[in-house]
Amino acid sequence: MSTLEIKNLNVTVAETEILRDFSLTLPKGEVHAIMGPNGTGKSTLAKALAGHPDYEVTSGEVLLDGENVLEMEVDERARAGLFMAFQYPSEIPGVSIANFLRAARQARLGEDEELEVTKFYKEMYEKMDALKIDRKFTSRSVNDGFSGGEKKRNEILQMAMLEPKYAIMDETDSGLDIDALRIVSEGVNKLKGPHMGVLLITHYQRILNYITPDQVHVMFDGRIVKSGGKELALELEEKGYDWIKDEVAQTA
Amino acid sequence: MSSLVPESLSPSLESFWQKTQSDTSAAPAWWQKRKAAEWEKFQSLPMPRRTDEDWRFARINSLNFDGYTEPQPIDEEGKRLLEERSLLPTEVAGVLIFINDRLVSFQAVDPKLAEKGVVWKPLSQAVEEDSDLLEKHFMSQPIELGSEKFSALHGALCKEGSLLHVPKGVEIDKPFVAYHWASGENASIFPHTLLIADEMAKVTLVDYFASADPNSRNLAIGVNDLYAGKGAKVTYLSAQNWSLNSLAFHLNSTQAFRDAFITSLNLHLGGSLARTESHSQILGENAHTEMLSLTVANGEQQFDQRTLQTHYKGHSVSDLLYKNALFDNGRTIFSGLIRVLEDAQKTDAYQTNRNLLLDPTAEANALPGLEILANDVKCSHGATTGQIDEEQLYYLLARGIPRKEAYKLLTYGFFEEVLEKLENSEIQEHFRDLIKSKFQTS
Repeated sequence: MSTLEIKNLNVTVAETEILRDFSLTLPKGEVHAIMGPNGTGKSTLAKALAGHPDYEVTSGEVLLDGENVLEMEVDERARAGLFMAFQYPSEIPGVSIANFLRAARQARLGEDEELEVTKFYKEMYEKMDALKIDRKFTSRSVNDGFSGGEKKRNEILQMAMLEPKYAIMDETDSGLDIDALRIVSEGVNKLKGPHMGVLLITHYQRILNYITPDQVHVMFDGRIVKSGGKELALELEEKGYDWIKDEVAQTA
Repeated sequence: MSSLVPESLSPSLESFWQKTQSDTSAAPAWWQKRKAAEWEKFQSLPMPRRTDEDWRFARINSLNFDGYTEPQPIDEEGKRLLEERSLLPTEVAGVLIFINDRLVSFQAVDPKLAEKGVVWKPLSQAVEEDSDLLEKHFMSQPIELGSEKFSALHGALCKEGSLLHVPKGVEIDKPFVAYHWASGENASIFPHTLLIADEMAKVTLVDYFASADPNSRNLAIGVNDLYAGKGAKVTYLSAQNWSLNSLAFHLNSTQAFRDAFITSLNLHLGGSLARTESHSQILGENAHTEMLSLTVANGEQQFDQRTLQTHYKGHSVSDLLYKNALFDNGRTIFSGLIRVLEDAQKTDAYQTNRNLLLDPTAEANALPGLEILANDVKCSHGATTGQIDEEQLYYLLARGIPRKEAYKLLTYGFFEEVLEKLENSEIQEHFRDLIKSKFQTS
């Protein structure tokens, strides 16, 4: 039951079908990479799982440790333990990272429970130190005027503070220079472990030089068409995506 | 001319006036005369009418004065409790706490400042001791934004408030703080603030207004007049948190002389109907006035905001930013005018009203205006009314923050642009807490 199980998921965006009978099982403690050419539905998968209102699930099931995610509101999914690291995180002027994280942590407590502020700050600073994020960061407005790298690091900090059961990283590597990519990858490596499953959605193999996946899935035309070990990523890097397309065409 | 609205507002205010007359029988003659004239003016002026331009969009029938009366003195225990609730920054230049227009606590200025001529005292004392200064400045600025009648009622019934006079060249960094509490059902108070900063003086004054009981019905008509002499730097901050059943007026006039720099920030949270009028007069060149306001309207609240930026002299800046967050059936009216006279060339005048609608039932009205008689100016006005940014909301939800909490956070964020301008971090934090406390009770 300690899995994120996606069964025959069909998703449409603006009445166009993007995901077609998409199925995947992500066990806790593992890192799975999803790769694939542009426009194949990778980001749609991430957004549909996180409950974005523009993405309509027409059929299928998503079970988080046996709980039906699709019946939950966006905020309930997050509190149930699903975390989405966004490709393009929103900028929220006037809301400091500290207040934002406090509200998110408070939301995970019972109604009569009050967040212990001193403990919260202590924990936050420890995690920032571990992730090599400057403590001054917390008084800045969420993503407001951040560089691409800072935004992604902020996503990692949130992941560290919210301790999700399953994290979906939606092209976290896109737009990062090599230093930022290394820092973000180090963060993920520090956080991953037996208590968390990671779904790493990426277009490029590059990030897999830093984060070693247990499995690599190739997505094409709205579903997974090939799965394998980490060596599959290298093969894709070498040969591109065309041979996959040819394979799919042959079996169709 | 006949009117459907009764001109005599309330018998209880009549007896309030009679009592005020007998209470002030030993006061200087000019003070008695002035009050009598204001009472007469109050009685003779008509109630606002729906067709008055200054009252456009306002719900005139909410102006119900029935039952408002002179407040009763409160007992020692009540005083103690309200004094405790009067939050103060650690470092202050002076404090005045009033309950029902009676002084209950007074922290005078440092003797060194008093030696330099700084005057900080309750109005009742100033009437006796600083009669000349008061006679010259008390309500001497014009009221032009529609509340002449209510300003006159203030003039007649006002007996307390603060007088702050900072003489030439005296700079004071710590803030002066005044608290005005209204306590008891139908208690009516008329808090007055008079701040005179002479040439090159520097000063900060904070006014807090609140009802002692969140369920009482109160009437508050406050007047605050600010003078910033040549090169003076004046910061005026106020926060009103009247009960949700109250009728409140806050009437401001500001005069900025050459090279003066004035920042005012007013936080409006309370009242069933709260009307604010603010008139900033630029009387000298190279002056700079900043007019900031934050309002949370929820439940059935109405906030009626009228502003005027008059530039008599050129080469000056006035910059207005009013931000309103509206929930439930909350309603706001912003009506602002920039008036630039012929001589006021090279004026920069800006007026911005931003409304954040958090419920489809809330209503924000905006009436921005320009009246420019000079030909070489930079002026802009703009009003925007919008809903919460869906992507921002989604981001908060995606972190597990419930929708209602997310709305609050985004509202705080909406206000932060203004709050971050506050230099005193304790007052800034206090204003933030007041905003938060409004959401906790509703």
